[in-house]
Formats: sequence, structure tokens, C-alpha cells
Amino acid sequence: MNPAAAELWPYLMLIIVGYLPNEVWRVLGLVLARGLNEDSEIVMWSRAVATAILAGVIAKLILFSSGALDTIPIWVRVAATVCGFLGFVLIKRSALAGVLIGLTTLVVGGYLTAH
Amino acid sequence: MPVPATYDSSSAAFLGGARRAVSSVFFPVMMGTYIGIGALAHDFGLAPWWLALSTIVVWAAPAQVILITAIGLGSSMIEAAIAVSLSAIRLFPMVVSLLPLLRGPGTRVRHLLLPAHFTAVSMWMESLRHLPGIAPERRIAYCNGLSVTFMSTAVTFGFIGFYLARGLPTVFAAALLFLTPMSFLISTANNARMLMDRLALVLGLVLLPLLVYLEIGLDLMWTGIIGGTLAYAVHRLRAAAT
Repeated sequence: MNPAAAELWPYLMLIIVGYLPNEVWRVLGLVLARGLNEDSEIVMWSRAVATAILAGVIAKLILFSSGALDTIPIWVRVAATVCGFLGFVLIKRSALAGVLIGLTTLVVGGYLTAH
Repeated sequence: MPVPATYDSSSAAFLGGARRAVSSVFFPVMMGTYIGIGALAHDFGLAPWWLALSTIVVWAAPAQVILITAIGLGSSMIEAAIAVSLSAIRLFPMVVSLLPLLRGPGTRVRHLLLPAHFTAVSMWMESLRHLPGIAPERRIAYCNGLSVTFMSTAVTFGFIGFYLARGLPTVFAAALLFLTPMSFLISTANNARMLMDRLALVLGLVLLPLLVYLEIGLDLMWTGIIGGTLAYAVHRLRAAAT
């Protein structure tokens, strides 16, 4: 590959591998959502599917981590998730409290298991 | 039902959306997530401006992580494109369920182009929660204010993460990567007011590892279709019973 092509390669990847396969779902949603109202059955079903996919992404990021997160044992990651969630439920349903408790548990657990 | 919030002008609604973004739980989460992604981009040898551009045109953290990893590791383009597209399926039902809230009597498709592109977990959650309380004719401006603020924050903190990357100890880098699933989980639970939403959340969490364990391909897609449909079916059955 000549230098100019090597320089442009990541930008080409960005459009072809990043932008297009990602954006197609938004455009599809835009086209197919015409004329639907917020209580219609297909919108309800779509919301349930979106929530389940999001839950799947969450499970994937926690259980099958990559990079630096993979250096933390899986049971520490799961325990941190449970602690964070319990913190959220018990402390007046404060999302920020839950997130902070989860992060703290992960850092402390990660530090203790590494030493 | 409370009286909808009215704004005198579109720009007031835009600012209202921007203020909602800044006070949202996703605001600190967005900072943390994009610091993490900035660090990742640095590790894989991508330019900071490339990252900024990818945040603007892709605007989906999971897809960006897949893309950065694929370029960095030199994976095949086809494989990476399929992975990105699978991670983005969730955007389809999000757009479908969001647009009816934004569409008023005089709304043209071109007014919905930007909100459709801006659709991402953070903006979708805040919109679903707050748009019903906004006067219908101001919802698009409100939504754009919300989204532009989130996106600017993401771009800014991508740069910060990129330049922070050199000095961050592993356990803190791990914590930054953990921020995304932890906050997604809590905000989804927070928004799940109906039994259907809660059921979809629990089913998704259980189904994904099960499908990965069974080595069924396209696990994310099947998690959504099976989990979502089951949750919806229970909702329908209960509605029919009452």
C-alpha cells in the first residue's frame, strides 16, 4: 500500500465498515415508522426487542469482556454488577449511586485479586 | 396527567433539551465511555480526528469499539461490517418507537432525519422518558438539543481519553470500560416501568450467555427477537386477560 492509501484506509473503513452497516438500521426505522403511533402493537414489540438486545449487549460487555476489563476476574465483574444494581435499588433508585458503587466494587475487587 | 412543558420558541426547547442532557445520568457516563474509547483508539494507532469523525457519523459506542478493534487488529472488512451491523440492530426498534413521539401533524420526513441519525441508547432513554411531557410542536427541537449536547460531550471526551491513554493504570482503564454496561443496565431498569420492559431486560440478560454457550451464531439478534417477542407475548396475554 502506498503512503497516501495507508493514510486514507482508516477513513474508508470508517464509512464502509462503520457508518453504512450501522446507519442502515436507523434509515430502515425511519422508513418503516411512518404512520405508526406510539401505542401501536408493532411499536410495542419493537421496544421489547430493543430492550432485549440492549440487555444482550450489557451481558456481552460484562461476561465476554475485552481489553483492560478482561484482566479483572469474571466473578469480580459479576459481583460489581450485582452490587451496583442493589445500590441503585436500595439508595432511592439513584442511578448515579448505583453506577458509583458498581465501579468502586470493580476497582477494589480488581486491586485485591491482583495483589 | 401533568401539563406538558411549553417553550416560547424552538431555540428555547433546544436549550431545554441541552439542559436535560447535562443533568442526565448519561452525561457522566458519556464522558467515561468516550474516555475509554479514546484510550482504545490511541492503543490501536488511530488518529484523534478519526475518532471524532467516527463519533459523529457512527454515533454508537458498541459499533465504534468493534470498528476500532477491527482496524487495529487488521480483521477482515466483511467480518467487521457484519459485527457492526449486528450490534446496530437495536437502533431499528429504537427509531421505530421514538419517531411516533416526535411526529406532529405538520412534521416532514426531513425534520426527522437528524433525530433518526442521533438515535442512540442515551438519547432514546431520555427522549422516551421526557418527550411525553413536552408540547408536541417543540419535541424535535428539544430532542436535537439533547442529542447535540450528548454528541459534543462524546467528541470532547474522546480527545481527552486519547491523550490520557498513556498514563492510565490497568484497573482504572478497566473501570472505564465497565462504566458502559453498568450504566446501561441501571438506566434500562430505571426506564422499565411496564412489566414488558422488565421482562425483556431479564430475558436479554439470560438469553445472551445461553446462546453464546450453545454456540448459536448471531447471538445478539436472536437474543433480541426471542427475548423481545416473549416479553411482548406476556404483555399481550395479560392485556387480553383483563
